[in-house]
Amino acid sequence: MSTVLLIEDDKDIRDGLALALTWQGHTVHAVESGELGLAALAANPADVVVLDLMLPGIDGFEVCRRIRASTNLPIIMVTARNDDIDVVGGLEAGADDYVVKPVQARVLEARIRAVLRRTGADPAHPTETRKTGVERHGTLAIDRAGLVVSRDGTPVGLAPTELRLLLELSASPGQVLSRQQLLESVWEQAYLGDSRLVDACVQRLRAKIEDDPANPRYVQTVRGFGYRFGPL
Amino acid sequence: MKWLRAFVAPFRGLRLRLLLGFAGLCVLTAALVAGGMYVLARREILQQSQDASVASLTRQIATIYPLRTLPPTKQSMTDIADQLTTRGNDVRVEYQKMSVGDLSGSTITADLREVIGNGHMAWQRVDYDGTPALIVGTEIMVTEPGQSVRPSGVDVFAGYQLLAEEASISQISDIAWGIGALALLLAMLLGIVVARSVLGPVRELRTAAVRLGAGELSSRVPVHGSDELAEVARTFNNTAQSLAEHVAELRRMEADARRFVADVSHELRTPLAAMIAVLDVLDDQASHLPEPTGEAVRLVSQGTHNLTRLVNDLIEVTRFDSGTAALALDHIDLAVAIRATLRARGWTDAVDTDLPDGIMARVDPRRLDVIVANLVGNALRHGAPPVSIRLTAEPGWRIIEVADNGPGLAADVLPQVFNRFYKADTARARSEGSGLGLAIAWENARLHRTDDRVAARAADRVGDRAGDRAGDRVGSLVAANRPGGGAVFTLRLPTVEEPS
Repeated sequence: MSTVLLIEDDKDIRDGLALALTWQGHTVHAVESGELGLAALAANPADVVVLDLMLPGIDGFEVCRRIRASTNLPIIMVTARNDDIDVVGGLEAGADDYVVKPVQARVLEARIRAVLRRTGADPAHPTETRKTGVERHGTLAIDRAGLVVSRDGTPVGLAPTELRLLLELSASPGQVLSRQQLLESVWEQAYLGDSRLVDACVQRLRAKIEDDPANPRYVQTVRGFGYRFGPL
Repeated sequence: MKWLRAFVAPFRGLRLRLLLGFAGLCVLTAALVAGGMYVLARREILQQSQDASVASLTRQIATIYPLRTLPPTKQSMTDIADQLTTRGNDVRVEYQKMSVGDLSGSTITADLREVIGNGHMAWQRVDYDGTPALIVGTEIMVTEPGQSVRPSGVDVFAGYQLLAEEASISQISDIAWGIGALALLLAMLLGIVVARSVLGPVRELRTAAVRLGAGELSSRVPVHGSDELAEVARTFNNTAQSLAEHVAELRRMEADARRFVADVSHELRTPLAAMIAVLDVLDDQASHLPEPTGEAVRLVSQGTHNLTRLVNDLIEVTRFDSGTAALALDHIDLAVAIRATLRARGWTDAVDTDLPDGIMARVDPRRLDVIVANLVGNALRHGAPPVSIRLTAEPGWRIIEVADNGPGLAADVLPQVFNRFYKADTARARSEGSGLGLAIAWENARLHRTDDRVAARAADRVGDRAGDRAGDRVGSLVAANRPGGGAVFTLRLPTVEEPS
């Protein structure tokens, strides 16, 4: 299975989640602070980070930013309060998804699987089996098979969710996709998800691929409906 | 008589009573003073004029004495009349059937003739050709040589016009009226001043009381002087002060209670989070465990799930109470969202749906999911099939109705159905719900609101809480019974129609 880095300060929750995730077949490194988490990440690479936002020392937001600064590792944050400011802040810091405490291991596991699927090519996705090779959109080149996006010939480091979102949108240029459609296809949320996941991810994606993120060309907002790739 | 009461009603005010009181007093005083003066002055003026006329006639008669010839001839009577005539009078001289002079006989009353007939000088005020006049009459005496004075049988009458006097009297009367009117005006002004000095504080008191009643507990009135009104104002201020203190105390206690619930919920969440994390392990293993351990594990698992739901609901409620619940709005197709809710919970086949596609709205999809899941879940648990859900649209509103064919809600239950921890069916008090579901659904409905008049709202914002503002359309959730039986919950969400 996969290697999960669990950063959680409460011992009972840490032990409980570690136990459940291990039981489901993951390899779990459980640490109690952000500093230890960053150190563990440097020593042993992980496939996914499960990150509590309320941490002693450097908080979850900062940990998230530091991880994002160096890698595109999937990050699932655990918010203690379901407070909007936490969710929005965590998503802005670069988290791919979030769960709310108390969380059932099954729910967390499903999110881990969903986010891990985004890191690899998805053979179940018809758009990618049909279209292979490199697509060019303006200065943007998207290699659907190799999962590489480059801008002016320079590869752009996209987090898995950002990449998947871009692939989804660019698969049908000019077509509007609603937030709920994107939540279902990218985040694999079976029913109504949190549209802020999409909005935050779009912001991060724009920051990386747009010449002027405030005035986007590639990922355009269609007010009241959703997002659209192009038209350029 | 309703119209009469309606007409009189505005005149019952203290201000009007004071004004009328002052005016009445003034009119009475003015009438007494002016009337008295008028009567006195009139009598005095007429008396003087009368005396003057009588004296003048007496003097003139003295000049024609003695009468020498009796009976008088027509010529001598004319001579007498001529002698008595002055500029201000008309004269009439009578002897038996004869009469001369320009004073009309009809102005002389029988009474006057009778008094004169007794040998007196007499006078009477009469109306002469439409003007007031004084008729003075007397019988001329005759003194024949060697004989005593005796009545001659010649009566003279002189009529004096009283126009000048009448004008003087009328002027006095005008002045009296004028003074009366002026006094009335002054009295009204004085009344207004007095009324204001009394009513000003009364009005301040009223305004302050209204503000206090509207919940503005800092409302106080200024205390002027040390009269009864000041005493009332002081009492009002003290009452308001103690009311404000009591309310503040109650609010503090309420806030404490809410914070306590919030704190307890959060404290419970941490151990629950640890428990629920391992619950899947227990659930999976329970069937492999020997009884009664397996059953015990299942009970622990179910209890933990219920406790988690309760704590989550409690935390949600505390977020509504503290005003930190926020909307994450998205423009969605409501039918798609509702179908997703039903599908996610495995209810698709259990519910009759009437969900036309393409009805868009700007809502919080997760909160809509919570509401719909709660309503449909309740209908399935407590109502009887078929359970139906219907989506309709009208301008500015989206309406979702969830109905069942059960017995409906009792009349005493209806108003309380959205209360926290209210359970209609006491026999099912320990149902799987937390008892907060409908309360949360109701709050979620109300959280959806549109500000149609942003400008108006910005103007009203001063001193306004997060409550309903003018121009806001607020979502609602209403419970009712259908005419044919069964309960129906109607969710109305406001939306701004987006140009397509």
